[in-house]
Order: sequence, then C-alpha cells, then structure tokens
Amino acid sequence: MIIDLQKFIEGEKRYWKELERMLDVIENEPAHRINVEQVKRFHYLYQRTSADLAKIMTFSSEPEIHRYLESLIVRAYGNIHEIRKKAHRLSPLHWFFNTFPQTFRRHSRAFCFSLIITFCGFLFGGLAVSFDPDAKEIILPFAHLQGDPSERVAHEEKAEDDHLQGIKMTGAAWYMTHNTKVSIFAMALGITWGIGTLILLFSNGVILGAVTLDYVLAHETEFLVAWLFPHGVVEIPAVLLAGQAGFVLAYALIGKGERVSLRMRLRKISKDLITLICGVALMLIWAGFVESFISQYHEPVLPYTFKIGFGVVELIVLTFFLTVSGRNLRRKHAPRKDKYPPH
Amino acid sequence: MPQEKTNTLLIKTPEGIIFSILLAGPVTRFLAWTVDLAVIFVASSVVGAMLGIFGIVSIDFAHALSILSYFLISIGYGILAEWYWRGQTIGKRLLRLRVMDVHGLRLQFSQIMIRNLMRFVDSLPAFYALGGVSCLLSRHAQRLGDFAANTIVVRTPQIAHPDLKQLVSGKYNSLRDYPHLVARLRQKVTPQEAGIALQSLLRRDSLSPRARVELFEQIASHFRSIVEFPDEATYGITDEQYVRNIVDLLFNVSHHKKRRKPRRSAQVVKQGSVK
Repeated sequence: MIIDLQKFIEGEKRYWKELERMLDVIENEPAHRINVEQVKRFHYLYQRTSADLAKIMTFSSEPEIHRYLESLIVRAYGNIHEIRKKAHRLSPLHWFFNTFPQTFRRHSRAFCFSLIITFCGFLFGGLAVSFDPDAKEIILPFAHLQGDPSERVAHEEKAEDDHLQGIKMTGAAWYMTHNTKVSIFAMALGITWGIGTLILLFSNGVILGAVTLDYVLAHETEFLVAWLFPHGVVEIPAVLLAGQAGFVLAYALIGKGERVSLRMRLRKISKDLITLICGVALMLIWAGFVESFISQYHEPVLPYTFKIGFGVVELIVLTFFLTVSGRNLRRKHAPRKDKYPPH
Repeated sequence: MPQEKTNTLLIKTPEGIIFSILLAGPVTRFLAWTVDLAVIFVASSVVGAMLGIFGIVSIDFAHALSILSYFLISIGYGILAEWYWRGQTIGKRLLRLRVMDVHGLRLQFSQIMIRNLMRFVDSLPAFYALGGVSCLLSRHAQRLGDFAANTIVVRTPQIAHPDLKQLVSGKYNSLRDYPHLVARLRQKVTPQEAGIALQSLLRRDSLSPRARVELFEQIASHFRSIVEFPDEATYGITDEQYVRNIVDLLFNVSHHKKRRKPRRSAQVVKQGSVK
C-alpha cells in the first residue's frame, strides 16, 4: 500500500516544524529551561514524528522525507533519552581544590605505575652513563647537556647579570606549550593499550637519569639540584600525572576483570581523563614560569640555597595538595554506590 | 561472527523506531580537516598580528603571547567550535558533517575534549595517517579519538521535500478514467517500485537524453507488466509521460478526490439549468 504522500506531508508538516523549532532552541541555547508543559509537548511531538517515520518506512519509500524525519528523530532522541547529568556551572576553584586531587587519588595505582616506569628509565639512564660515558651522546638529545658538566657550571656561574633579559617570557611560553604537548601525547598514547605511554615515560626517565648521574659523577650535585629542583618538582610530577591518565585509558581499554562493555568503561573514565590533563596543564604553566624566571639563573645571581629551598617548599605544597585537598568534602558526601553511570 | 562495516549506524529507540545515521568516510573528514587547518592558520595569523601591538611595550612579551595564542588556537579551536556548534567546526559545517555520541545521545564536553586531544596520536606519523587507517578499518568509521571518546562523525545532507506539484501539475491523466485499474495498480505496486518511479522523475534532468529514454522505457514496461491499461488510455503518450501518470496515480490520491467534487457540483448546476 502507498500513502497519499502530499496529503501526509501537508497534514504532518506543522508538527515536524514545531519539533524542529523546539530542537533549535534546546540546541542553540544550552542555558534555556523549558517548563513541564513544554516538556510534555516536546515528548508528544517526538512520539508523533516517530510514528510518522514508522508510517513512512512501512508505506512509502520516499527517501528524502524519510531522511528528514530521521534527522529530527536523531536530534530529539539525544535530548529525550539522555540521562547522564548535565555539566554543572563552571566552578574553577571547586574543581581545582576538590575534583582534581580526588581524581588523582582515585587512580593512584596508575600514578604509581607511571612513577615505577619513569624510575626504571631513570636507573637505566643513570647506569648507562656511569658504565659507558659515550652513551651520553645517544641518550641526551640536547646539545647543551652533552658537554662536560663542570665546564657548563663554570660558564653559567660566570654570568653576574640578567643574561636572559628579553627572552624570559618567550622561554616560559615555549616551556609551557612544549611540555603540555608532551603531556597530552603521553595521555593520548594510552590508546595503544598503554605501550606508547610506557615508552614515553621510560625514555623521559632515561634522559633524567643520564643527566643526573652525569652531574653527580662530575661532583656538580649542588648545581644540578638547584637547577632542576625549582621547576622539576612540579614538571616531573605533571608528566607522571599525564602518564597516569594514559594508563587509566589503557586500563579501560584492556578492561581486565570488568564485566561492563568497552564503551561503558571508556565513558566512565572520560571525565577523569579531562580532569587529569587539565590539572597537568595548570601545573605546567606554573613550571614554565619557574623554569624561565628562576631555574635558569645560577649563583651568584640567585643563591642555590634559595633555589633549593623554593623547590622543597613547592614539593611539600604539591604533595599536600594532591594527597589531602578535597578529602573533607568527600567524607561529607555519601559515597557513590553506583559504580557506573546509568545509561 | 564479526559485524560488517557499513556506512550507516542503526539505532533502535525504546519506542521501537529504528533510524539510521549516515557515517562520514575518511576522505570527507580529511577535506573538513583541511578547511579547519586553513581556519586555524588564518586565525593564528590575525591574532598574532594583533598581539604584535604588545611589541611596543616588550618584544619578549609579544613573542610569548604569539606562541601561546597559536597553541591555544590550534588545540582549542576544535574543542570550542564543536562545543558551541554541537559537534561541528567550520570545516564540518561546510562539508555537512557532525560529531555525535555513538548511542545518538547528547554530546558531552568531555567527549569533545578527548576526541580533540587524541588528535596527537591520530595525526601520526603525518597527515592523519593513523587516524585515516583506523577510520577505514573501524566498523563505524571512527578514528582513535572517536573510539576513545565514544563518538562518531555523521553526514547531515540537506533535506528537501519532494516537489510533487512539479511532476503532476494538474495535467489531464488519461489513466484516471479507469478507476478499477487504478485501484489494482495501487494494490499491486510495492513502495520500493513506487519510490523508484518517483526518484527517476525527480532526477530526470540529471540524466543524459539516451539514458533518460532507456530508463523510462524500462520503468514503463515494468509497470505495464503489473497492470495493463487499455490502448486508448496510453495511445500517443511517451514512456516518461506514462511513468509520470503512474506516479500521479500512486502518490496523489487527494488530487484525484478533489477532482470529483467539481464534477458533482457541475452536474447539480446542469440539472438546475435544465429546470
């Protein structure tokens, strides 16, 4: 049987147009609230259009109307059947002092794994340089690190004025953007079941270990600590957190022991990934400023005791922040019983 | 059994309605990305030039702002555009593409962020090669970012209502004089056959003359085999006109009913005039 298409379109068009108008308002004005009557009307229009789609699928093969109705149903379906919580109004302070450290602690095992991998790389790099000094040329990709540490220290300590004047801000911007890109990359490589993240963290550890052992063996430990501590105590944990995000993603992909679908597992961790990577970006902004304005200055311009002390204070504050911040709030609220958000 | 790769995703609603979503292929998506790349380049150049004003205060500061603005635009453009336009960037709008949740639900901000941040891996080793391969192999044409974010990219073609008036336009249809055959035709023709006839008429101008003649000859002979109208009803009309009349009969019932009313009133007037 074939329906009277023209009559059908003329009769139903006004309902389709009304649904389309409501959808435009809902979609284009996220802050717009609709009252109960409008919700009922929206539901009625959705059901009526669904019935029209069913009718046209059964009785006519007109593809354009079919596609038009499908496009309306697709849009309305997303709004009617969405039961995930809408995003709250942006509250940066609450997010920073509560959500971010809580998320970090929730995935502490992934962070520990990230730390262990980097530490393994650190040991490997350190051992490689201590047993074979020629390995430095291969391991260290930066030209200024390949020379003799003592010569570099002597050269740096010769400067008595602001030798970075006119390039400090540019340097800070470069450090921030470069390190953030590396961190996003570390997280994104989690999609390779964590293998890419693992390699990246290990190679970072190798470089760090090689530099450390190179300066320690040259008896320039104080310079090394004063140079790396101010920015490193924030930058290195930031990269570890990015690796943590990568491993969280990898764990969701592997889904060992989980009885939920892959899509559900990925959906469950999506907000945590974003929280971690945004937190990492903030940490790297801070580290970029410190690296450019403090770390690159040495004695006699900046005393080493000040630089090391500054780094120690940062480390204490960061540790306290990540381990304690947001704990009280969490206790106040009842623990979430539903392990997975309803779908 | 592995499910086959198709260019549509079927979603069944709790109301029992199944609707299909057209999935975008890697080539269209690559073209949209090229447009977006150009937009990023232009936006970065404009913003960089504007920030050059800060060079009056400090060249160092202006350089730093330029580096930061390029970074923020290149990463933030896709995220903000897809959030503001509900799954579309300028390139996607031009190519009529849209990012959607894989279940057809409302797109969440975290999904948009993840799929955009995952571009770092998808773009490896160059020109989105990894993402392109993933898109080709994936059942729902997803790059790795879509996979991690539970999103798909769909095509949203422009929807136009069929202009039936243009086809029938109230012309005399000789086949209507045989209502019993019309009823049989409407009973026997399947929706698919009717759809083919309608589409062939709607698209007839895009055909070459030879193909047009051959196509309508085949369609007309098919409909003749279903219901055969008398020779006097089809005498002198071309195959295309025949198909047009068939479509008129199949889709335009109201037109048929409307035509009867004036006849009755005309009879009343005639009777009145006789009196």
